[in-house]
Amino acid sequence: MAEEVKAGCARPTGGPVGEKVEEEPQKEAEQKKEETKMIQVGKKAPDFTAPGYKQGKFINEKLSDHLGKWVVLCFYPGDFTFV
Amino acid sequence: MSIDSIYVHKMWNDNELSKMVEGGVPYAMLSDTGGKVGKIYGVYDEDAGVETRGRFLIDPDGIIQGFEVLTPPVGRNIGETLRQIQAFQLVRESKGSQATPSGWKPGKMTLKPEPGLVGNIWKVWKTDMAFD
Repeated sequence: MAEEVKAGCARPTGGPVGEKVEEEPQKEAEQKKEETKMIQVGKKAPDFTAPGYKQGKFINEKLSDHLGKWVVLCFYPGDFTFV
Repeated sequence: MSIDSIYVHKMWNDNELSKMVEGGVPYAMLSDTGGKVGKIYGVYDEDAGVETRGRFLIDPDGIIQGFEVLTPPVGRNIGETLRQIQAFQLVRESKGSQATPSGWKPGKMTLKPEPGLVGNIWKVWKTDMAFD
């Protein structure tokens, strides 16, 4: 889980958590379709990987690494604002 | 997760948040520069170029059990988030045999969905139970 890595970019891995994703890069049109898909309760969360900062270390987190645990994913407008 | 870089996250944690929470933020502060992840979760505001206050509860199977999205000026109620997690955990542990009615919190009665309950909830659940 969450090993220390060099800074990268956040990106969706292209599939729901815990499901295999084809290695083949998606066509642009398909990717766009994926992006406009609505989030729905009772459905799988879109998986992603993102760089982060945790307890003095720069790390890389992948949502699907947390399968088996409850996850609270919070978005907020910006650092130095309340959450 | 926000559109800030991991370097800004570090500065915020080390210079401000660690003064509010001993040891600093214990969980990962994720960076989503460009809002790619925010877009697929429907919380990225293209006009403002920032992410709105979205909060998603994801269960151990990766299923989204609930979410809440607020515009930036209003902060969240962390107690409500924790209550929802407790409720979802109770339902999951009961394998769906129990449900939590409006206003439920730990210690309050749950409902066992069954045919006999239809039309009879008023006998066991009172409206004042919706409030603390």
